[in-house]
Amino acid sequence: MRQYFGRKLLIYFITFFLAVSIDWLIPRFMPGNPVQGMIARANLSAESAKMIYSYYMQAFGLNIPIWQQYLNFWIAIFHGDFGTSIWLFPEPVIKIIKDAVPYDILLLLPAILVSWFAGNHFGAFAARSKWLDNTILPIGYILTATPYMWLGILLAWALGIVVHIFPFSGAYAYSMMPSFTWGFIWSLAVHWVLPFLSLFLVMFGGWAIGMRNLIIYELESDYSHYLLALGTPRKLVRKYAFNNAVLPQVTGLALQLGVIVAGALVTEIVFSYPGIGYLILQAIQNEDYFLLQGCFLFIIIGVLLANFAIDVVYVLVDPRTRIGMQGEG
Amino acid sequence: MSLQVENLTVYYQTLRGNVQALENTTFNIADGEIMGLAGESGCGKTTLGQSLIYLNPPMKYMGGRVTLNDHELPIADTKKMDDFRFKEISVIPQYAMNAMNPTCKIGKMTAELLESKKVSFKEVKAELDRRLDLVRMSRDVLNMYPIELSGGMKQRMVMVLSTLLNPSLLIADEMTSALDVSSQKAVSEMLVEFRNRGFVKSLMVITHDISILYQIANTIMIMYAGQPAEKASTDEIIHAPHHPYTKMLISALPRVGIIQSKKRLTSIPGTPPLLLDPPGGCRFRERCPLAIDKCQEVPPFIEIDNGHYVACWRQRNFTNLSL
Amino acid sequence: MQTVTKPKKKNELLFFALRNTKLRIGLAIILFFVVLAIVGPHLAKYKPNEFAGAQNHPPSAEYWFGTTSFGDDVFSQFASGLGAAFEVGLLGGGIGTLIGLLVGFVAGYRGGLIDEFLNMLTNIVLVIPALMVLLIIAVYLKARGVFIESIFIGCFAWPWTARAVRAQTFSLRTRDFVDMARISAMRPLKIIATEIAPNMMSYLLLVFILQFGGAILTAATLDFIGLGPTNVISLGLMMNNAVIYGALILGVWWWFVPPGIAITAIVGALYVTNVGLDEAFNPKLREM
Repeated sequence: MRQYFGRKLLIYFITFFLAVSIDWLIPRFMPGNPVQGMIARANLSAESAKMIYSYYMQAFGLNIPIWQQYLNFWIAIFHGDFGTSIWLFPEPVIKIIKDAVPYDILLLLPAILVSWFAGNHFGAFAARSKWLDNTILPIGYILTATPYMWLGILLAWALGIVVHIFPFSGAYAYSMMPSFTWGFIWSLAVHWVLPFLSLFLVMFGGWAIGMRNLIIYELESDYSHYLLALGTPRKLVRKYAFNNAVLPQVTGLALQLGVIVAGALVTEIVFSYPGIGYLILQAIQNEDYFLLQGCFLFIIIGVLLANFAIDVVYVLVDPRTRIGMQGEG
Repeated sequence: MSLQVENLTVYYQTLRGNVQALENTTFNIADGEIMGLAGESGCGKTTLGQSLIYLNPPMKYMGGRVTLNDHELPIADTKKMDDFRFKEISVIPQYAMNAMNPTCKIGKMTAELLESKKVSFKEVKAELDRRLDLVRMSRDVLNMYPIELSGGMKQRMVMVLSTLLNPSLLIADEMTSALDVSSQKAVSEMLVEFRNRGFVKSLMVITHDISILYQIANTIMIMYAGQPAEKASTDEIIHAPHHPYTKMLISALPRVGIIQSKKRLTSIPGTPPLLLDPPGGCRFRERCPLAIDKCQEVPPFIEIDNGHYVACWRQRNFTNLSL
Repeated sequence: MQTVTKPKKKNELLFFALRNTKLRIGLAIILFFVVLAIVGPHLAKYKPNEFAGAQNHPPSAEYWFGTTSFGDDVFSQFASGLGAAFEVGLLGGGIGTLIGLLVGFVAGYRGGLIDEFLNMLTNIVLVIPALMVLLIIAVYLKARGVFIESIFIGCFAWPWTARAVRAQTFSLRTRDFVDMARISAMRPLKIIATEIAPNMMSYLLLVFILQFGGAILTAATLDFIGLGPTNVISLGLMMNNAVIYGALILGVWWWFVPPGIAITAIVGALYVTNVGLDEAFNPKLREM
């Protein structure tokens, strides 16, 4: 057990180390004097430009040795200091990200979990008969092949513009301020529907296809044949096949995280949904490399945590890994 | 009479047409009889075993009757057949090592399997424990996953599981071929023990390894190209075979009686005919050193002696035929 | 099933492949778009960025797919975008497959420390969201072409392939024919080339198809953020422009619908082809 998680953690730590190092490079390897360039493009008043310039020269510590800059970056990270945004000057990057994260959680967590459960059951259902397989499954292929942004655009256009059912821009009405009122929560909910739907549908297709393919292999496997030869009701055989086919789908969730992050990014862009993905677009367009740096780091941390959570879940659900671990002590 | 098979014909459906895997097969297995079923791979012995219990596509029932304890088995109707499976007729499959759900504790799987067949696990539990003792397995295996068992243990577990409801007929398909010689012997002896204790009434042991049959079988049926060639008591098959194919098979073995080899039955010149479009008449004709014109007709599978059946025009009852 | 006769293996594969409906549908769709990508630019009456005369003009005989808010011909952009998509798929998917193949082969075949190292590398690249790195690279490169984009996409798409190939090599390595080759003192590379690779060809084809589709989707995502090729029109860029310049509000659906349909159809067809091939290669999945 310890060895298994030790290995995993080692990989995660190396990944984290590498990612932070890449992250550190972001403002530095951009061409020209990054600070000057950023300020010139940010259209700030002369006074604040001066202020931010001196701030950044200091923050960068461009006059100190490179290794010290690198070290300082690590120290800053552990203090939660990601610098100050140019785009939303003088907001600290960490605060901007903190404001955005709840929207990501609100959007991604339900989309991932619901699509996973629904997709798996749907895929297993489709594998039941040839007829279902041939009629329902093409929908799954189409959905999983759809680019996230395109589905988002279509939904925004169809349900947002052609038929005015749902709003398609922002996380709540622009006239509102975040508050704990029913009006605001309602606004939050209706703004959430379309981005959720486009993320959900694409992922749903992928899980359904995956489950269908896996369960067909399981139903062809030896234990299924044995049970059928003993006249076991199909229901029990299907239950076993489903339980076993779900395991690779748990691993699949970890493998899909990168794609999901990308999907969330463009979905948020389409719907101007103020999560990390939307921030990234703003950071790129405004050449706010500190914000980009902060977002990148945050996504890495999120993905690593999710990976670890999936590892733990996998050990809990698959007895074979558990037993294998007892063997190695 | 425990099992009666009459003119059973089962084909494999393939894109190129029907493979005539089992053609007009007729034989009986008596109560308490352990019948060995042997032949080269592709002779239809596994098809025969599967047809009796789980005839699923691409296998297709073409005709014939199967009667078990005077009840006709609806082998072509997989739904109706469910009532007989496990309770009346059971199987230890070729792949016994992988026959158990890998992610389910063995005890739990057993319980769910039994409950699904409307049998109370509680009532059977005591008997299950006794049988585990009998095959020298710890009762703790019920709390284990299949992966925690060795190959031999898995096999014994499947053996106990398959026979738990005391079926009339048990089909054991190549169950020893994956084991080492000493385990083979142990497993084979357990099969006999199960029969002696009445856990199963009669047995059909499918194998390509005649030496195993010599140790445990009362009778042996030799199949060739989808048809029975000869069936007789083990002694007669080994020491006084009638069918030219049986003779060649037996002579291809190392000295019978002390043999423990796993030699495969492939050292006969020529290959069996393709069953997609088999030749008419006796299917062994092409390889038979004794073939005559008469062999272009299908030889009947007839009893030439008490319990000794042969399908050959050259056996002694037909010697009055003009050669 | 031991009684089923086995005719020549190649014919059989082709037979099952051509008979598979999924495979036929998938290939037909892909072929259609390939032809369109090749012929389209020659049929188009305008250049992709040429002012075609009318703005926001719906599809008509003159403008087959209508025009954009700038008066560009959508069909012309669409046809050139198709070409770019196939280029990315072929190149990016190819590179991804190749790297994955190499890493997976070596890891699976050599085992030991090399395997340990490559496995760790694979896992690390697997965990880092590829798009984030691609994004940073794209921001850094001010001028970008389809070629460069494809290379970078391929460079971050290989990990799952490496994993799968490693597992396959692992299982093949222990089979008899490889042992025979090893006993007869064949060089490792030669064993890989003559004994292992041919046995994996079918599998590699499946992998390449998935990589192909993945590369197209990744490119579309990058292009949509505005970090795609700067010198050509791509399908993702068309969608990006449509969104930025108000195609939704203006109801100019012909601007953003065609590129999305093309990507969905091509990638979907690739997936379907993949499953069809799997069924053709794998006797267990064949339908009788």
